[in-house]
Amino acid sequence: MKAFSYERVSDPAQAAARAAEVPVAKFIAGGTNLLDLMKHEIEIPKHLIDVGGTGLDEITPTDEGGLRIGALVSNAALSADTRVRKDYAVLSRALVSGASGQLRNKATTGGNLLQRTRCGYFYDTGMPCNKRSPGAGCAALSKGAATRQLGIIGTSDACIATHPSDMAVALCVLDAEVETVTSTGEIRRLTLDEFYQLPGDTPEVETALQAGEMITAVLLPPPVEGRHAYYKVRDRASYAFALVSVALIQAPDGTGRVALGGVAPKPWRRDDADAALPQGASAVMARLLDGARPTQENAYKLTLAERTLAALLAQE
Amino acid sequence: MNSSNNVERHPKTVNPDSSTFSLTVNRERHTLTLDNRTTLLDALREQLKLTGTKKGCDHGQCGACTVSVNGERINACLSLAVMHEGDDISTIEGAAEVGHLDPMQQAFVDHDAFQCGYCTPGQICSAKAVLEEIQAGLPSHVTKDLNAPIEISDAEIRERMSGNLCRCGAYANILKAINQVAEVRS
Ligand SMILES: Cc1cc2nc3c(=O)[nH]c(=O)nc-3n(C[C@H](O)[C@H](O)[C@H](O)COP(=O)(O)OP(=O)(O)OC[C@H]3O[C@@H](n4cnc5c(N)ncnc54)[C@H](O)[C@@H]3O)c2cc1C
Ligand code: SF4
Ligand code: FES
Ligand code: FES
Repeated sequence: MKAFSYERVSDPAQAAARAAEVPVAKFIAGGTNLLDLMKHEIEIPKHLIDVGGTGLDEITPTDEGGLRIGALVSNAALSADTRVRKDYAVLSRALVSGASGQLRNKATTGGNLLQRTRCGYFYDTGMPCNKRSPGAGCAALSKGAATRQLGIIGTSDACIATHPSDMAVALCVLDAEVETVTSTGEIRRLTLDEFYQLPGDTPEVETALQAGEMITAVLLPPPVEGRHAYYKVRDRASYAFALVSVALIQAPDGTGRVALGGVAPKPWRRDDADAALPQGASAVMARLLDGARPTQENAYKLTLAERTLAALLAQE
Repeated sequence: MNSSNNVERHPKTVNPDSSTFSLTVNRERHTLTLDNRTTLLDALREQLKLTGTKKGCDHGQCGACTVSVNGERINACLSLAVMHEGDDISTIEGAAEVGHLDPMQQAFVDHDAFQCGYCTPGQICSAKAVLEEIQAGLPSHVTKDLNAPIEISDAEIRERMSGNLCRCGAYANILKAINQVAEVRS
C-alpha cells in the first residue's frame, strides 16, 4: 500500500469540497472495498477523507411516503430495519445474501453502490485491464481467457466486467434514487439508471458522479406491494458473489418488475421485460437479455437467468 | 486523560502520513502514533502485541481477524486503525475473565472445535456475536420469515458463520460448540 494523508470530516458538503480540492483524494466509509484495492495497489489515493463522522447513518421517512437511507447506514443495519423488512423485503433479502456478517457490519450504503468489479483480471495487476489502466487492453477479451464470472449484456469491446453489488439490484427493482452533494454544494438526485454508466470506450468511468461528488443518501419511493424476492445463484451456498441473481416484485395479478445481477456492468432491468412478466420467465428474458453478447464460457448465464426467474415464479 | 464519547473523534495529524489517536482495547485505553496505512489488525498484533487475532488472508475473505468494535464484529484486516479513534474494541484476549474461560471458549474446548487452532480466535469472536445478532433479531440469508422472531437452528448458525473459514474443516464441532452455548442461554 502506498502512503496517504488522512482526515476525518463532519459535514458532507465540506467532504465534497475537500475531495475536489485535494489532489488524488478519495472518500473512505467502511473501507471494505477501498482498502482491499489499496493493498493490491489498484487504487492509489494520496489522501483519504473519512466520511464516517458525517452523521449520515439514519433511515428516516420521506414526505412522499418512502424512506431516506443515509449513505453511512451499514448493510447490516439496513437489512435489519423493521420498515425495510416489512415494506422493502427484496432489499433486506439482497443485503443478507451479500458478503459475510462481519463485512455487512462495516459495509455502507454509499460504499456498496460504488464497490468495484470482481473481474479477476482487474485484480491481477500483471494483466492488462482497460478499467484499471485505460487503453491497456482487456485481458478478459483475449483468447482462452477465463470469463465464466463475467458479463453477458451491456458490455463493450473494451470491458465485459459486471457490477458485483447485490444491494444495487434490489434498489433498481425498487426504483430507488441516489442523492448526492457536489463539490460546490449542489444537491443532485439520480435514478440508478442515470447513476451507473455502461463501459463503452471508457470502462474506467463507472458512474455519473463528478469530481468530489459525495453520495449522501439513497431514496426509496413509497412501498410497492406484492411479493418481494431475491434469488442469488453462486458457486457456494454463502459468502460468494453472484453468478446470476434475480430481484422480483410481483403483484397478486402476476404483473411486476424484474432486475438481474451478475450479468451486466450495472443492475439490469427493462420496462418491456417487466411488462412481459405475466407471460412467464422466457418472455421476460427474451426481452431483458435481447442483444446479449456472451462468451462461450459464460453463455450458461442466459439459461441460468431464465431458470432462476422461473424457479422464483414457481415458488409461493 | 478522560475522554467522553461526545468529543469529536478527530485523530491528530502528526506528519502527512501518520496520525495520533486513542482507542480502547479490552477495557484498556491506548494512544498510538502510527502510519495511516496501519490496519486495525496490524495495530493489534504489531503495536499492542495482542497476537491472538490472526491474519489469514488480509483481504476480508477468511474471518481469522474477526474482532468486536463497539459491540459489532468486523474484519480487522479491512479497517484502518486511525479510523478507530474513540472506539471500544474487544479481541480474543479480552474474552476470558480471570480464572475462567468465556462460555464460548469453554464450548470450543469441550467439543474439540479446532485442529490447528489458527482460525479459532476469529471463530470464537464471531460465534459470540452471532448469538447476540440472533437475539437482537438481525435477519440472515436463511431466515424464512423476515417479520417473525428468529429461531436458532443449525442452518442459521452455519449461514451466519460463513465469514469464518477453517482450513482444517472443524466446522461440525464448531457448530456443536455454538449450539451448546445457545442451549445454555435459552
Ligand atoms: C470477501 C468479500 C465478499 C464480498 N461479497 C459481496 C457480495 O456477495 N455481494 C455484495 O454486494 N458485496 C460483496 N462484497 C463487497 C462489499 O459489499 C463492499 O466492499 C462494501 O459494500 C463497500 O462498502 P464500504 O462502505 O466498505 O466502502 P468503501 O470501501 O469505504 O468505499 C468503496 C468506494 O466507495 C467510495 N465511497 C464510499 N462512500 C462514499 C460516499 N458516501 N460518497 C461517495 N463515494 C463513497 C469510496 O471512495 C470507494 O471508492 C464483498 C466484499 C468482500 C471483501
Ligand atoms: S473485463 Fe473490464 S475489468 Fe476485466 S480485464 Fe477487461 S477491462 Fe478489466
Ligand atoms: S485476515 Fe481478515 S478476513 Fe482474512
Ligand atoms: S482449526 Fe485449523 S484452520 Fe480452523
